[in-house]
Amino acid sequence: MAYLDHAATTPMLDEALEAYVATAREVGNASSLHAAGRRARRRVEESRERVAAALGARPSEVIFTGGGTESDNLAVKGVFWARRAVDGRRTRVVSSAVEHHAVLDAVDWLAAHEGAEVALLPVDAAGRVGPDQLRAELDAHGDRVAVVTTMWANNEVGTVQPVAALAAVAAEHGVPFHTDAIQAVGQVPVDFAASGVSALTVTGHKLGGPAGVGALLLARDVAATPLLHGGGQERDVRSGTLDTAGIVAFAVAVETAVKRQQEYAARVAALRDDLVERVRQAVPEVVFNGDPVDRLPGNAHFSFPGCEGDALLLLLDAQGIACSTGSACSAGVAQPSHVLIAMGADDDRARSSLRFTLGHTSTPSEVDAVIKALPGAVDRARRAANYRTPR
Amino acid sequence: MRVLAAMSGGVDSAVAAARAVEAGHDVTGVHLALARNPQTYRTGARGCCTLEDSRDARRAADVIGIPFYVWDMADRFHADVVDDFVAEYAAGRTPNPCLRCNEKIKFAAVLDRAVALGFDAVVTGHHARLGPDGLLRRSVDLAKDQSYVLAVLTREQLDRSMFPLGDSTKAQVREEAARRGLAVADKPDSHDICFIADGDTRGFLAQRLGETPGDVVDVTTGAVVGTHAGAYAYTVGQRRGLHLDRPAPDGRPRYVLSITPKTNTVTVGPAEALEVSHVRADRPVWTGGPRPDASVECEVQLRAHGDVVPATVTVAADGLRAELRRPVRGVAAGQAIVAYRPDPAGDVVLGSATIAA
Repeated sequence: MAYLDHAATTPMLDEALEAYVATAREVGNASSLHAAGRRARRRVEESRERVAAALGARPSEVIFTGGGTESDNLAVKGVFWARRAVDGRRTRVVSSAVEHHAVLDAVDWLAAHEGAEVALLPVDAAGRVGPDQLRAELDAHGDRVAVVTTMWANNEVGTVQPVAALAAVAAEHGVPFHTDAIQAVGQVPVDFAASGVSALTVTGHKLGGPAGVGALLLARDVAATPLLHGGGQERDVRSGTLDTAGIVAFAVAVETAVKRQQEYAARVAALRDDLVERVRQAVPEVVFNGDPVDRLPGNAHFSFPGCEGDALLLLLDAQGIACSTGSACSAGVAQPSHVLIAMGADDDRARSSLRFTLGHTSTPSEVDAVIKALPGAVDRARRAANYRTPR
Repeated sequence: MRVLAAMSGGVDSAVAAARAVEAGHDVTGVHLALARNPQTYRTGARGCCTLEDSRDARRAADVIGIPFYVWDMADRFHADVVDDFVAEYAAGRTPNPCLRCNEKIKFAAVLDRAVALGFDAVVTGHHARLGPDGLLRRSVDLAKDQSYVLAVLTREQLDRSMFPLGDSTKAQVREEAARRGLAVADKPDSHDICFIADGDTRGFLAQRLGETPGDVVDVTTGAVVGTHAGAYAYTVGQRRGLHLDRPAPDGRPRYVLSITPKTNTVTVGPAEALEVSHVRADRPVWTGGPRPDASVECEVQLRAHGDVVPATVTVAADGLRAELRRPVRGVAAGQAIVAYRPDPAGDVVLGSATIAA
């Protein structure tokens, strides 16, 4: 099998898996006072320090959560609620048109249920959010904005956003800035303090840790109203018994991925560039989406004119190649990607797209397998788009 | 062969897919998303087209161990089945949407896409037999037989179809599903029309066609005996829901005899006035082979799960005529007439046509 869907999830690192198993064998609730509890708490706090150190944050800024979606929801809703509670005029949420649904749907929910006004910043043809657009938005409405949230790197087309520049604009207006960095950590340098953001989402299973565990890095001067109420864990912001084994494995994965980032990015980007070059040779009319330079090292995103992405996916899957159309809903009905639409693509181009994402287990032979299967699949998918059986 | 299994989320299509795998085929499962907004279709365990059905189908595919995808056929389904359904009623006819879905969606749009993607055939859980002789026959389970709604398929469509359940009864299919560990083994059968959420066909039509009050006329006296909110809401042979102002002079129940959209009139009369001995039909499809030269002695069925009547079917250039050996009540334009040749190995579908009058 050729696995080119690392942006969906990537295999656990051996180090993380071993740390998980070793910790999961131990009993102990990190909130308990006895020896077993103290041991668990020590593991959690060591992990907090490791995550903080790897990502340029202070340990007290690390809030462990149940993963990326929860962290995004906590940042968007929690900061919105906390800011509005202090100043009732702050009911505006600023985001971008290319966010993941974990952010976009949380923002929509605030609009539908909390009366939030929503401003979605446009993107350019590469999918990039412009700091000037954010400045214009905040110059006009800054005193009514509760929170700004834009991603570090796009999960579909791989474009890396000018996060530091955006965060600086938000800081000028004194507005908290959250960034979903789920796709970025371990792929590109991510430093919480240096970036100037107030809140940052990271999750385990995109960087070699387990699924179902992640963190929100939250600056100490930014308040967030909890989504979950209960035992008061995690600065009272996120109640719930801590998943000690998951947190330990997550921390090992973050630390390892960040430590290896440079070497990893060079190796994977070389593989990716080879893939892109050979796809272009094999299918000359292909459209390469996203920023050609400022992009995630493992991401290759294409539109294949005249094809439907889900037909390509089916055909490649049948040949043992795992990739993605980049978007899926719970019913499994492919919708044209909101990201590509926001980048100015028409419906056909959006529906004709396919995402290949490489990762830490990727090999040249996997790229070879794609190149071997792709031209035939494109041919077939193109014929399928307008085919009728004789009758 | 590479085959595509259309999986509704019900027990039949799940077992059909499993049997296709067991027969050595390379099977891929596909669930057809037919609702533009899935929540507006039937929810719960009844019917098709819900998110839950999509999950049931995927779960079955996982148990069987085949790839599974959802194909969005909502636009095609609306244009070819739902809109057609409404237009047919508006024209005073009584359509069969399941038949239309087979003709236009499952064995057309889906089959076309499958063939183009390299599949050799589509496999479904319909209860009908399609043997090596290429003939379509009734299922061994006559109560569940679906050959009527498949009789609209052409030879070319049947050549690329597989119905692995025709030799089994529904009870056997359920038993086999349980044996295979398929959770849908006990799922209730779907009924009625999948795109009418509450089963209220009249309300569904009224929403789309509006209320257009008109007269209900008695065929014997010519008198107006009531009013209706829209002639489209009636079907030939219907007795209930007429809300007549005056009882018939003879005190016997009255039935809908015909619907005339032009004058927006519903004509009612006694049961015997419903009896029909000749049927004219158009758009014939000769499923069982080449078009017969002249007339054929056969049996005909005039609606889904309807009685079977011996008849002489005469082929005309633009359709066919059927002389029924005994009169039949409640023959509605828009329904299919399906001709069968009785056969001890399962009655053979000769062909079908759409009843015109």
